[in-house]
Amino acid sequence: MAMKKEEVPQDDANLLEGKFKVVKYALNEDGEFEKVPSVGWEPENVALRQAWEVVNERVEAARQQVLRGERSPLAYHMARNMMEADLLARHVDLPARRVKRHLEPSGFSELDQALLERYAQALQVTVDELKQVPR
Amino acid sequence: MSQRDLVIPFDHQQSAHCETGVISNLMRFHGLPVSEPMAFGIGSGLFYSHMPFLKLNGIPVTSYRILPGHIFKRFARNVGVGIKRMKFREPLAAMAEMDRVLDQGLPVGMLTSVFYLPYLPKAFRFHFNAHNIVVFGREGDEYLVSDPVMDGTTRIHRTALMRARFAKGMPNTSGRMYFPTHVPSDADLRAAALKGLRRTARDMSTTPLPMFGTKGIGYLAGKLRHYERRMGEKDARLALGNLIRMQEEIGTGGAGFRFIFAAFLMETAKLLNASVLREKALEMSRIGDQWRDFAYEAGRLCKGRAESHITYDHLAEKLLEIGRQETAFFKQLHQLARQL
Repeated sequence: MAMKKEEVPQDDANLLEGKFKVVKYALNEDGEFEKVPSVGWEPENVALRQAWEVVNERVEAARQQVLRGERSPLAYHMARNMMEADLLARHVDLPARRVKRHLEPSGFSELDQALLERYAQALQVTVDELKQVPR
Repeated sequence: MSQRDLVIPFDHQQSAHCETGVISNLMRFHGLPVSEPMAFGIGSGLFYSHMPFLKLNGIPVTSYRILPGHIFKRFARNVGVGIKRMKFREPLAAMAEMDRVLDQGLPVGMLTSVFYLPYLPKAFRFHFNAHNIVVFGREGDEYLVSDPVMDGTTRIHRTALMRARFAKGMPNTSGRMYFPTHVPSDADLRAAALKGLRRTARDMSTTPLPMFGTKGIGYLAGKLRHYERRMGEKDARLALGNLIRMQEEIGTGGAGFRFIFAAFLMETAKLLNASVLREKALEMSRIGDQWRDFAYEAGRLCKGRAESHITYDHLAEKLLEIGRQETAFFKQLHQLARQL
């Protein structure tokens, strides 16, 4: 039988940070559809958490690479913004090939102030922050 | 910016989905009360496609609806609403035009990227560039926002809004904005609902190519069956998790659309005095429940907590069965709609 109002899942994983509830359509006692607030649903929470784990793994991998001197700090900040080189390239209006070059330590050290600022702006950090990663 | 403060009296109501929520809220402002399900149905929003060749953030796209923006387009055509749409190269020009329209006392709908909306919970902020919101005023450096997925209105700083309106990706948001220029006072919602209904039934049951319409569900089932063999356990779980997100995530997609469509059928049943549509509504709702069952079991498998009978084969069978039922459902609806 169709989902009833009282069956709308309320599995709170604090993904909505208590900011609001989402609404789902479910049948009420009169057999009509009605919007019912929900704090979340387990499968969706699982899938979202999994997606974030992937993001966090990528960020951490990038951080390690930067610390080992294999890639430039740009790689870390790019990962934090969930971007790949081609998307970042579109945000700073450069060819992807050049962004890839800047992801290497040698390419990054050639950047002038203007380009650093463009990257910082696109990645929502200051120029100082852009040049380092958390240790 | 030395612009005068401004609040347009805008009645915000929360919705399950952003685009249909914006349509409903904007229409009510312009004197045409239309519920979210009616907006969805009249705009023929329901669809299904699985496109392994089209990737969004590196993930193959599975969609339960037509393309973003098209629900409003079809809704407007079927109801006779005039809409002005604009896009921009220059962020400042886009903001200036929005201010100009606000100054005329008109709320403005616009396309934003979820990633750049600071008021949304962090967990939902991926690069999804087709989120619709309405701006209905400004105070100092902030704009007043009606985001349909939220229960109340909110605010956003001018700089943040500008950024959300100019995100790059698929698609570039390009400062896209829109507002109704003409809303008929004597709109024939019965005729519009019937048109929308016919279009959905037709597209779901007759679109050629295996990845579109109800056939697309079986097409995905065929792929899903081989996930683990083809990708290995870890990647298969990720792919499955992505499927659930496409199906259930707020604002972006969902089996939730099956319930919104069911609500539309029920409202249309009343409007046309056709009780047979009420039965179809309940049937659709039961199919929606099976989508939810599917997501539930998929979630267990994703988490590595599944009972032993829940395998990729099992999920594929389940999906195949949903595909069969939707195929039968929309074929019948297609025939039924001709007689209404």
